Amino acid sequence: MAAATDPLLDVRDIALRFGGIVALDGVSFTIDEGQILGLIGPNGAGKTTLFNCVSRLYTPNRGDILFEGRSTLRRPAHRIAEIGIARTFQNLALFGPQSVLDNVRIGAHAKSRSDFISDGLRLPWVLRQEARTNEITWSLLKLLDLESVAHRSADGLPLGTRKRVELARALAAQPKLLLLDEPAGGLNHGDVGELGTLIRRIRDERHVTVLLVEHHMNLVMSVADKVVVLDFGRKIAEGTPAEVQRNEDVIRAYLGTTREHAA
Amino acid sequence: MTTTIPKDDVAVAPAVPAERAVRVRLGPRHLIIAGFVVAAFVVPLLSSSFVTFQLTEVLIYGLAILGLNLLTGFNGQFSLGHSAFYGIGAYTAAILIHNYEVSYLWTLPAAGALCFVIGFLFGLPALRLQNLYLALATFALATAMPQILKFHALEGWTGGVQGLVVDQPEAPGFVPISDDQWLYYFTLIVMLVMFLCAEFLIHSRTGRAIMAIRDNPIAAAAMGINNSLYKTLTFGVSALYTGVAGALGALAIGFVAPDSFTIFLSISLLVGLVIGGVGSIPGCLFGGLFVLYVPNIANALSTGLAGAIYGVILLLVIFVMPAGAAGFVRIVVARISRWRQTSPEES
Ligand SMILES: Nc1ncnc2c1ncn2[C@@H]1O[C@H](COP(=O)(O)OP(=O)(O)OP(=O)(O)O)[C@@H](O)[C@H]1O
Ligand SMILES: [Mg+2]
Repeated sequence: MAAATDPLLDVRDIALRFGGIVALDGVSFTIDEGQILGLIGPNGAGKTTLFNCVSRLYTPNRGDILFEGRSTLRRPAHRIAEIGIARTFQNLALFGPQSVLDNVRIGAHAKSRSDFISDGLRLPWVLRQEARTNEITWSLLKLLDLESVAHRSADGLPLGTRKRVELARALAAQPKLLLLDEPAGGLNHGDVGELGTLIRRIRDERHVTVLLVEHHMNLVMSVADKVVVLDFGRKIAEGTPAEVQRNEDVIRAYLGTTREHAA
Repeated sequence: MTTTIPKDDVAVAPAVPAERAVRVRLGPRHLIIAGFVVAAFVVPLLSSSFVTFQLTEVLIYGLAILGLNLLTGFNGQFSLGHSAFYGIGAYTAAILIHNYEVSYLWTLPAAGALCFVIGFLFGLPALRLQNLYLALATFALATAMPQILKFHALEGWTGGVQGLVVDQPEAPGFVPISDDQWLYYFTLIVMLVMFLCAEFLIHSRTGRAIMAIRDNPIAAAAMGINNSLYKTLTFGVSALYTGVAGALGALAIGFVAPDSFTIFLSISLLVGLVIGGVGSIPGCLFGGLFVLYVPNIANALSTGLAGAIYGVILLLVIFVMPAGAAGFVRIVVARISRWRQTSPEES
């Protein structure tokens, strides 16, 4: 049972291999409720793979993942959103032809109920639920400055806007834990600054715990309470942003590979 | 570090302007549809009984195409097997009327329910099949159906190669219209109700889930959508629609025979789907018009070259309306509204 001091997410000794490639090799860390945890590491370090394990798209070969004290590994992927875990995708996974509004509404799927018959007959209780979904959706479109493109299809929008749609869609599930996979990728300098403020606001105002994967060091170091560093599937460091920045192993890992990102 | 802050709803956020919460906004789409509905009620009063019969068939094809569209256009599952569901619906009606003297009104729910179950069951193995493989599996269903209907062990029910004659509905005494007109209006009302339900379904949580699976199954799962469940249920509902259309077809023609339900019917429905507009509900009726009238037009132009003429017409239509009739109408409406915005007399 989850005591008040238990971490929200507890990743325990996760390992996953794809054929010969060891993508994750015994990674453990925890996130407390209300924290923003930055997960960093060079390309191919295993960050996205770890996300996919938490959201159950992959099943680890070893280890366990506890959410609010319970293992998630017995749940199929489509039953993760309902316990309060939502995510965005590194390479964007929007429902392209559908409107921004509908993309965000789909995000609310796990927080609502319906069936073919009630929906096909548009029964009153479905309409009431739909009104609540719309309310949540529009408040998120407002928060993320998407109101003006609400009726446009997601396909035709610029990258930065589509990233905000993904964020709105994830928030529509009213998650306790939000997994953000490189939300700053492809954004210009000013937008990255705004994104940092936004992530903080989401945590502070909506009480959402955040697991943030990012190459953009300024962003991670300015918003994260704690940073975990992966390299070749292993955790090489963990601590406050200041501690991690001083860590010899981290500096070596970054100099060895993607130096420009560390700047 | 954890204070137990209530994890409350986003719903606490500022209220939404009222007009946004209300979904229905009357637009050109609604006007066009309203115009068609009025026309659909008036036309048979002014036309010959043969034309009325043809229009009945247009409605039936439109409904069958809508069934296919729910599966293919909205859910992204391909099917060449819908002739089988249409055939099962038609035979359900025929057998119930011919062998058991059931009222024609009851044949529609029976056909729908049976096709739903069969479609759902077929949808289970279909979960494992992608695109072309699903096309092959449904193709097998389509080729098997006429043979099953001819199978001599079932002859007592199906009438074997001969098929079955179906007693056609008659206009009740209290309405002053012909039997053909009665059949037309009966079909029209069934069709309108089922189109409306499809419209409701597509614009609902269920409909969004169905389309999300088509657009990105992995993201759909991450949103909490059970892909397998929605795909099999959509298969069932799709078969239900096409099955009811088959039952209406049996009533309209008054006769069923195995060779009416071959793969060619499936392909006709697919043509209707593409011509009408993949993922458009009203477009299905345009598909029905095309499927019924264009072969006749081709035949009238030249009996010898009917197939070639049909092909040419098909190519021309695809060339002019690459997104189907629905896409074409959408573009025209957008052009007109843009032109009205820029024209000087509008201030
Ligand atoms: N589905 C898969 N099949 C095979 N190998 C995979 C698969 N997914 C990831 N990998 C491999 O696992 C390793 C870790 O990849 P991952 O995508 O998790 O890295 P990452 O830290 O997210 O990198 P980046 O910063 O580039 O996004 C890489 O070597 C990658 O090639
Ligand atoms: Mg990655």
